Amino acid sequence: MTYISRRVVLFIITLWAAITLNFVLPRLMPGSPVDAALGKLAAAGVPITNAERNAIEIQLGMPHASLISQYGEYLRNIALLRFGTSYSYPTQTVAETIGKALPWTLELVGAATIFAFIIGTLLGIYAGWRRGTATDSSITVGATFFGAFPPFWLGLLLLYLLAFKFGWFPIKGGYDPGLTPTLSVSFMLNALWHSVLPALTLAITTLSGWVFGMRNNMINTLGEDFVTFAEANGLRARTVATLYAARNALLPNVTAFGLALGSVVGGSVLVEGVFSYPGVGGLLFIAVTNHDYPLMQALLLVFSLSMLVAIFIVDLLYVRLDPRVRR
Amino acid sequence: MALLEARGVNVVYEPSRGQRIWAVRDVNLTLEAGEFVGIVGESGCGKTTLGYALTRMLRPPARLDGGVITFDGTDIATLAGEQLRRRRRNGFALVMQSGMNALNPVRSIGHQFGDVLKANARPGDHLDAAAIRQRSTSLLESVQLDAEVLGRFPHELSGGMRQRVSIALALALEPRLIVFDEPTTALDVIVQEAVIQTIKDLQRDRGFTAVLISHDLGVVLEATDRVLVMYGGRIVEDQPAAVIAEGAHHPYTEALLNCYADPRADEVVLGGIPGSPPDLSLTEPGCPFTPRCPLAQDICREVDPPLAPLGRGWAACHVRAPAVRAGVEAGRAS
Amino acid sequence: MTVLTAMPPPPEAPGRAANVRSGTASSVPGPLRFGGRAIRTIWSNGKARAGLIMLGLFICIAVFAPLIAPHSPTATSFTPYSGPTSTNWFGTTGNGQDVFSQLIYGSRVSLLVGFGAGALATLVAVTLGLIAGYRPGLVDELLGFVTNLALVIPALPLMIVLAAYLQGHSVWTIVLVVAFTSWATGARVIRSQTATLRTRDFVTSAVFSGERLLRVVFREILPNMTSLVAASFFAAATAAILAEASLEFLGLGNPATVSWGTILYAAEQQNALLTGQWLMVLAPGLAIALLMMSLTLINFGVDALSNPRLREK
Repeated sequence: MTYISRRVVLFIITLWAAITLNFVLPRLMPGSPVDAALGKLAAAGVPITNAERNAIEIQLGMPHASLISQYGEYLRNIALLRFGTSYSYPTQTVAETIGKALPWTLELVGAATIFAFIIGTLLGIYAGWRRGTATDSSITVGATFFGAFPPFWLGLLLLYLLAFKFGWFPIKGGYDPGLTPTLSVSFMLNALWHSVLPALTLAITTLSGWVFGMRNNMINTLGEDFVTFAEANGLRARTVATLYAARNALLPNVTAFGLALGSVVGGSVLVEGVFSYPGVGGLLFIAVTNHDYPLMQALLLVFSLSMLVAIFIVDLLYVRLDPRVRR
Repeated sequence: MALLEARGVNVVYEPSRGQRIWAVRDVNLTLEAGEFVGIVGESGCGKTTLGYALTRMLRPPARLDGGVITFDGTDIATLAGEQLRRRRRNGFALVMQSGMNALNPVRSIGHQFGDVLKANARPGDHLDAAAIRQRSTSLLESVQLDAEVLGRFPHELSGGMRQRVSIALALALEPRLIVFDEPTTALDVIVQEAVIQTIKDLQRDRGFTAVLISHDLGVVLEATDRVLVMYGGRIVEDQPAAVIAEGAHHPYTEALLNCYADPRADEVVLGGIPGSPPDLSLTEPGCPFTPRCPLAQDICREVDPPLAPLGRGWAACHVRAPAVRAGVEAGRAS
Repeated sequence: MTVLTAMPPPPEAPGRAANVRSGTASSVPGPLRFGGRAIRTIWSNGKARAGLIMLGLFICIAVFAPLIAPHSPTATSFTPYSGPTSTNWFGTTGNGQDVFSQLIYGSRVSLLVGFGAGALATLVAVTLGLIAGYRPGLVDELLGFVTNLALVIPALPLMIVLAAYLQGHSVWTIVLVVAFTSWATGARVIRSQTATLRTRDFVTSAVFSGERLLRVVFREILPNMTSLVAASFFAAATAAILAEASLEFLGLGNPATVSWGTILYAAEQQNALLTGQWLMVLAPGLAIALLMMSLTLINFGVDALSNPRLREK
């Protein structure tokens, strides 16, 4: 089986497992999430139709039906994107709520991750190449320090300093309160301005992972024979550092990318909460505060799925980078 | 003038604070242009380290500790950085052990040739893609490889092919000295034979000085004109290859020869050398082979034996090359 | 001339230390000697030394909290929402509690949860990793799949959902939830290392000489992975400290607990930044960052223990 086809099979199987785990989880929890959910909806004054009740029970647990039939219904609902109604946003379905929030998070996490990956990798290459020097020490100690910042704390600090005290950036939200989201340039710019602080927070806290990973890989690669041979053949130091050492040291980092993404996703929950950013992380924040189980479940599924897809895309990218896995 | 002269070369390993291991000790060596020299010895005797030292390829925690290495009149022991890099072209080259990992796994062979040719280009050279391809092809042909190898990646080639590619890449520097470090160790016997023959042919056709490092005495005797035997970081014998199997020699060399049984004899007896190799972290004077030597005398424990004439070459032995004694006594008195 | 050669010995290679023959056998038992050497190597690494000192300070603060803290952390006898004063150096919470004392006592929870969850996660990781790495085949495939699944589901969201369901009202809930979501990384690493060691000669000879499976695993394989396990532990503990603080910050812990995370939760609730109580936000966050940093620094030394290339001179 080729590398790619193996990856596709793995993707499908893991996808199925994640969906099933999501099915099992609320049914294992103590108490009755269903009753809690229904109770809260009633308290919020939301009329509960039979279809609504059905959707919630399928997601969170139907005490009187068999597991198999519940599972079948669950899978059907997933396919139809029917996640029920959340009482935090009673006027729209959970699917709609998430659908509106997802692009914000994708943009935020995407930008922050790319930025952190590039800068972190470059710093790691440099630290590994200049290993043992003052440059290396300052980079590693600096990365350790910044990497230890709890994301929500750094967010609060930046919020306080740059938004509250200096007023350079907005204090909360994804866009100015009066605006309606459109695809106009002015709206985009406004949204961009609002995303700087959260993105910066995410990038700074996840940077260190890339620095360390790349530095370690670099140090290990520099001990390889082909690096020595390249130098013996008169290649310039910069060529050896980039095309020979770094290019190979990069590979284990790429495979680690997908997993590192998990910490970015987690960090986004806290950061979006602190900045009241309208992404799915912020939604989870709100859902947890309200004990909004239908929304929480659906969000967990969305998070897992996005991780899977990201890892899958990176796996496909890896084939381009390492000729040894082709064919 | 000799091509390479090494005087008082020491190499020390410092793996952690306070630990010092002397891998090469006080080596004096002269290589003439066009010579084919073999360096033989057991694991840990310092032959590979010496090879790397002569081509200035030592890596931390190893370092050159004193000594002069004169290549074509210039002391290369003190060079570093860009100055050292420039000397390699038309200078000295190193072919590493078995070429298994000597090639960049993510770059095609053709690109790697391009890298080497471009890095070593002279100011007047015009290296466009066609010129690079042409020169790479001719280099590959000199090691009996086809031009289609240029489009391949290292993992697609066999061990023997990778070793040949390594040799061809080193040849791209047009070096006057090539050190081959254990070129056949990880290859099977048939491929070994072919690679050694290739090296011999190249040396004869291009006239560079070749240094062949191996623990396999058979390989060395087959290819080289002159053999250096190393033990405990020192050169203990230096003889023409033709005579190394005859006559009296340094006790270690004799013991080494005894390890090889003659398959034509009626009774095949495999010898060995009792004892273990010396502790290289100690710096006591005396001959390093003393604990295992059947001819050891008191002076062997006290005084380092220098290389003195023995037969058609040299040996560092108080007993076998006693002409040393007079010089040493004189040294003690002064 | 044909020559009969014996099996060629492995060739020496420059760049790696030559074999040094050791001196006379020591009378100190093996594990103690190893531990001493390990601590010396870690201590000799500048970064790790700083980390050990920092960690030592935190442990002292936690152990001697009653002596250091000026007031009881739960006493609500002070004026609420006040800024730094001579009695309350870091101000007070909305319930009139002294923030500084809370900060001191909070170190206990962070250390407890961090090391507790880290140890638990490492224990699970080592167990599963050893089993998976040692027995290739169905068990390995299955465990590998479960591990990958655990890695794909992002840790913090899962923790949040679990904690929300369990309505955790004790520190131990937090420990369990954190450990449950962080064993996978260590398990993966230990599994691959076990698989590598399994094929080594000394393991094969132990198996052939009839050693039982458990003995082989614990006496041959595990001792060769101590630095890897230690590195896993420190990494897990670091993540656990952050996770615990995050969960408390989100209000998923027990509000009655005194921890750095709950101080930040309270600060967020009372909009401390906007009311000028920035010290209430700065101090606990800085404490979390420094504690995490100390463990990461120690890990530099542990890394150098297992990979001589990373050692400093």
